[in-house]
Amino acid sequence: MPLIKDGRLAEDRWTPVADDEAIGADIDPIVSLERWQAEHETLSGRNRPIGLRLRSDQSPAAVAEEVERFDVIALEFPKFTDGRSYSHARLLRERYGFRGELRAVGKVLRDQFTFLLRCGFDSLEVADERLAEAFEEATSEISHVYQRATDPGAPIWARRHGPAALGSEAACTGS
Amino acid sequence: MYRYDEFDADFVAQRVAQFSGQVARRLSGELSEDEFKPLRLMNGLYLQLHAYMLRVAIPYGTLSATQMRRLAVIAREHDRGYGHFTTRQNIQFNWPKLAEVPAILDKLAEVEMHAIQTSGNCIRNVTADQFAGVAEDEIEDPRITAEIIRQWSSLHPEFTFLPRKFKIAVTGAPNDRAAVRFHDIGLQMLRDENGEVGFEVWVGGGQGRTPVIAERIRGFLPKRYLLSYLDAILRVYNMLGRRDNLYKARIKILVQQTGVEEFTRLVEEEWQQIKDRGFDLPEAERRRIEAYFAPPAYPAAETHPAALRAAEDSDPGFAQWLQASLAEHREPGYGIVTISLKPIGGAPGDATAEQMEAVADLAERYGLGEIRVSHEQNLVLPDVRLSDLHALYQGLLDAGLATANVGLVSDIIACPGLDYCNLANARSIPVAQRLGERFADLDRQHEIGPLKVKISGCINACGHHHVGDIGILGVDRKGEEFYQITLGGRPDEQAAIGKIIGPSFSYDEVTDAVDNIVETYLGLRQDGETFAEAYRRVGLDPFKEKLYAAH
Repeated sequence: MPLIKDGRLAEDRWTPVADDEAIGADIDPIVSLERWQAEHETLSGRNRPIGLRLRSDQSPAAVAEEVERFDVIALEFPKFTDGRSYSHARLLRERYGFRGELRAVGKVLRDQFTFLLRCGFDSLEVADERLAEAFEEATSEISHVYQRATDPGAPIWARRHGPAALGSEAACTGS
Repeated sequence: MYRYDEFDADFVAQRVAQFSGQVARRLSGELSEDEFKPLRLMNGLYLQLHAYMLRVAIPYGTLSATQMRRLAVIAREHDRGYGHFTTRQNIQFNWPKLAEVPAILDKLAEVEMHAIQTSGNCIRNVTADQFAGVAEDEIEDPRITAEIIRQWSSLHPEFTFLPRKFKIAVTGAPNDRAAVRFHDIGLQMLRDENGEVGFEVWVGGGQGRTPVIAERIRGFLPKRYLLSYLDAILRVYNMLGRRDNLYKARIKILVQQTGVEEFTRLVEEEWQQIKDRGFDLPEAERRRIEAYFAPPAYPAAETHPAALRAAEDSDPGFAQWLQASLAEHREPGYGIVTISLKPIGGAPGDATAEQMEAVADLAERYGLGEIRVSHEQNLVLPDVRLSDLHALYQGLLDAGLATANVGLVSDIIACPGLDYCNLANARSIPVAQRLGERFADLDRQHEIGPLKVKISGCINACGHHHVGDIGILGVDRKGEEFYQITLGGRPDEQAAIGKIIGPSFSYDEVTDAVDNIVETYLGLRQDGETFAEAYRRVGLDPFKEKLYAAH
């Protein structure tokens, strides 16, 4: 599947492996949560990077304590109307401190790109290479946001008042 | 009222351009109808029985005269000369052509309006008390909160693909005119023991096929924590709400299945993690928004104009209209006027382009240029000098808008029903029209007093039948339209869900059945009891006995 990273088509060095599939010595696998939990020791003992794939009904809370073990975490969108992975992505980034590659996989369409980036995804697995060409336009159509999310972009309300008015955390909480 | 600044205007312009691009991709065939569907639904565009329907947001039901005139232009140029005001304080146009939708959205954007999130499984247009800012009993104008929520929810990246649609209502007064206990989230403003203003937070109310009264999950939320607390509720819902069954996907089912205590614990736990982390609005921004809703400087007005008394004495039609339409204003010498969009024999909530223009003119001439849409599908002029009431009445008469039935038996809420909607099992509007004709005699309506009849054409309950004094639900029985009647529903702070009185009635029988119930009430009421008060005293049985004895 084509992969968009940093707005461009990118090489995918990761190999998704099924639960019953042997993991070759020279590949960097993306494994399911079930497999990670069942083969925890073996997988942790491998001297190579490892990726994790979570279904949309699997909370990342299950790996909250060990996110630094993964170089990539892929969150599934089984239907593009299934929005659970947006929340899961924010938890991984904002609460569990995951700094690796956060990948959206499954039904990932052009009209979700901005939402995905704002929730902390930095790579998108898409069905069609042409979506990479549409990326620039799709993510620049709306340049204003009304709420804080994972991305560093300043919400409209912060821009209205400027950094001086909002400098301290006390200002942010209104007090 | 709120005015867009450059950011708001730019945001809406960009959203219109984005949607116009999506429409172009659909028209060129690049997008299939299946692919286009979720995109159009995020912008209020439905495919109905006969054509597309565009639902335009009227945030918390507040409109300027200029905006109302623009709606009239759209009705005339892109629809068949009328629009339909909805129970969520929005307006629907039933006949726009897809290719014209971008042009309609441009025209709306010019007057600071849009159709963002009026449909789809996202946070919908937020609703509020139609008497906001002018009601006697108000603690704070709920539109400040509603506007904050409108902005925060607009293209929220995390909450745009929720399990199901999500409706938030706000009331600033103890007398709840916004039905907050029947929303996914209801916010009721109140003061704590120190006099600080905050919210009582209600979650999981709703109508539809499973009517539920919301649970109170927090007794007092300080205003400054509004957005982080909403984030916490929405996040819990987004992650845990059911997605396997469309009919069990609303937050009310999650609250029921999780249990209110556990649900509350989850929300509070989530909130502890995100409060004071910069997700709430800074005080400066709250004050900026608040300033738009500051009460206007009311010119002094006579509190007991002699001309008003004289007009009441000489014009009985005016006196009757006044009794139904006028509500108390917090400012002496002023009144709040509700304009009925329920003419006898008409479709509830419909207004022609000419009527919209007439209301805009009257709002400027006799008010401060502001208009409200009520969830009961009427319009409101919030600031009318008492001395102008008679002239206003005459202006409304000329426009065919002076029906003296506000709050009475023919002031019926009805969904579009089988005439327009592809979900409906039965007609709603013709039932409302027949009832209107049956109770056409205004003297009799005034004799009956306050009585809310609400009609839904299917179990999705868009006509709010669960919370009507008399609720009517259209059902399909072997291909024939039947109507089930419920009594005793209430949308307000004494929230109650109506009880089914017994076997349903055919289309031809239902008018007689309602008449029978009204007659029973007139026979048993004591000391000027309203229908709701009488029902609370006697319950369902006396009505049931009379109703089925006659059949």
